[in-house]
Amino acid sequence: MEIPIEESQHKWGMVIDQDLCTGCQACVTACAMENNIPFGGESDAEYGRSMQWIQVQRFWEGSYPDVRMTPFQPILCQQCGHAPCEPVCPVYASVHSRTEQINLQVYNRCVGTRYCANNCPYQMRVFNWRDYQRPDPLPNQLNPSVTVRRRGIMEKCTFCVQRIKHAEDQAKSENRLLADGEVQTACAQVCPSNAIIFGRLDDPESRVSILARNGRALQMLDYLGTLPSVTYLKGA
Amino acid sequence: MAVTAGTLQHAQVEEHEDPRESLMYDPKPRGEMNGMVMESMQTTSWKFWVVAILLSIVVVVCLFGAWGYLIANGLGVAGVNRPSYWGIFLVNTVFWVGISHAGTFVSALLRVFKAEFRRPFTRAAELMTTFGLIQAGLCIFMHMGRVWLSYWLIPYPNERGLWPNFHSPLAWDFLAITTYILASTMYLFLPLIPDLAMARDRSTGWRKVFFRILALGFRGTEGEWTHLRIAMGIFAFAILPVMFSVHTIVSWDFAVATRPGWSSTIFGPYFVVGALQSGIAAVAMVVIIIRSSMKHMKYFIRPEHLDALGKLMLVVSMAWAYFFFNDYMVQWYGGDKFTHYLMHFQEKGPLGWMWFALLIFNVVIPWLFLWNRKVRRNPALLFTIGLIINIGMWFERYLIIPVGLTINRMPFSWRLYKPGIEVVLGIGTLAFFILLYMIATRLIPIVPVWEIQEGQMAHSLRKVGKATVKSVSELE
Repeated sequence: MEIPIEESQHKWGMVIDQDLCTGCQACVTACAMENNIPFGGESDAEYGRSMQWIQVQRFWEGSYPDVRMTPFQPILCQQCGHAPCEPVCPVYASVHSRTEQINLQVYNRCVGTRYCANNCPYQMRVFNWRDYQRPDPLPNQLNPSVTVRRRGIMEKCTFCVQRIKHAEDQAKSENRLLADGEVQTACAQVCPSNAIIFGRLDDPESRVSILARNGRALQMLDYLGTLPSVTYLKGA
Repeated sequence: MAVTAGTLQHAQVEEHEDPRESLMYDPKPRGEMNGMVMESMQTTSWKFWVVAILLSIVVVVCLFGAWGYLIANGLGVAGVNRPSYWGIFLVNTVFWVGISHAGTFVSALLRVFKAEFRRPFTRAAELMTTFGLIQAGLCIFMHMGRVWLSYWLIPYPNERGLWPNFHSPLAWDFLAITTYILASTMYLFLPLIPDLAMARDRSTGWRKVFFRILALGFRGTEGEWTHLRIAMGIFAFAILPVMFSVHTIVSWDFAVATRPGWSSTIFGPYFVVGALQSGIAAVAMVVIIIRSSMKHMKYFIRPEHLDALGKLMLVVSMAWAYFFFNDYMVQWYGGDKFTHYLMHFQEKGPLGWMWFALLIFNVVIPWLFLWNRKVRRNPALLFTIGLIINIGMWFERYLIIPVGLTINRMPFSWRLYKPGIEVVLGIGTLAFFILLYMIATRLIPIVPVWEIQEGQMAHSLRKVGKATVKSVSELE
């Protein structure tokens, strides 16, 4: 079956400057609010069931007393061009979007085999272990553009695809092209030090493309051939 | 000279053994043997009922009750987490698929190679295949997040125009296990037909109706036998590649993933041999239980059969050790940083004892004891070794799946796996397997009588001068 491709095709990407990241976790909070991510609770989070689409990972090197923090490492789905999560899903719930060039999870198609999560080298897929409760007044802040997920399905960062779609529709109705910086993911929008830059990688003049050509740029686990859309600017 | 004398003496001892110790040279009249099998099927002591009722309670509570609780509450009640997304559910799946393998192996391969010792226990082994696969299937369904949508894995025409993703090893798995369960059930049924006909002719009441329906009107004419033999010949050959493919495909679930410790090209044969290792040990265990708990079974299942199974266990244990070493060696030599972390974690981590137990249970114990004829012929000892091997093989799968998942390329997400409700569900599947088997032993002849009678017709003792000589005639 041939799926019709929409006219606008963009490759969306992100640059994260580790030198600028302060580890404030604002991106984590903003992401949860934008994407209706439930609060899983302390004990679940400790046991590795935290519901986070973006995580600020921190490491330290050396042994006591010579311990030194390494730069903060915000990790989210890398939106691989050649994603290991996609082929292993038996029901096509983990799919590649041709128009935005990102990996999407079709929530209502997922049956919860969790193979995609095992095969994700970045371990950035999140499973709904339970039906999470949202005490009042939290239901009032749910984002109407994003599906609320139930127990037993996999979810992950979508590069805030609802925002991309909204901005594209807006530009189309005003009969103009999408300007650079017009679409912001929640994490990029909220980052106080502007460590997260979002934009179109197919436009060589966009801010994200220019930064991605920086000498400090590297891609995580690129030796696996996953072609991630997220570029890190190495921190010192 | 002393050596020669010793050898001669040894040969003499072997010769003086009573040939009637062997089932094939100890024939009984057909009517009597049929009667023995029918009696063994219909004699039920109070102990049987006590065990059956206890197991039913365990199945209802631990399998269906706990599963319902799991479905209602989500996988949070299980122990799976990030990064160990697959836990004991998948360990048990691989374990049960492994158990189911030996059934076909023992029955089909030994039938193809015309190994005579197979005759009394082919059916016991084939039943294990069918019942083991049922448990494996249940474990897969338990592990799914939304099991009520599991039919989406079936390639059926639908309005969405969407078929399963045939790139996914899980879709291959689904098809492989379905094929195997259908093929192995047919393969169990075909050699059962003559015995069902025998049982039909010797029973009354509801049993007669039951057997009459299942026997499909088999009367034992020449034409029917010819057709049956052709069908069994085709199935015995055709099911072997299916058997090898199923566990290979199960191993691909792991081998095709981009994970340290999993992406290994030798996983296919390694898993097949591992399946045989646990499966043959399980066949030996089941055969020993049948022998000691059912009437007249000591006539059919003799030390020679345990001996043969013990030898198979030893050979397969050697093969398994070879593949284990091969897998380990190449992964270690590869020098990948994360594979090294994983290997250190498996050996020195909190579950390091399991890694060493694995080697002791699967290699050291079989190699130390199974070379000994006396051990192989001792039911209690062979049963213990079989149990140890099965525990060892379960450990192997545990080390590959949840322990292997603990270490990945993102050290921030390294976390230990603590089993939750999956332990209860695992006990439930074990009880369900035993219960199904117990019911089956009362409903169908557990010993393939016609196969034994056929074998006994071909084997005979002849007097040549003063000596008794064993002779075997070609059947076909």
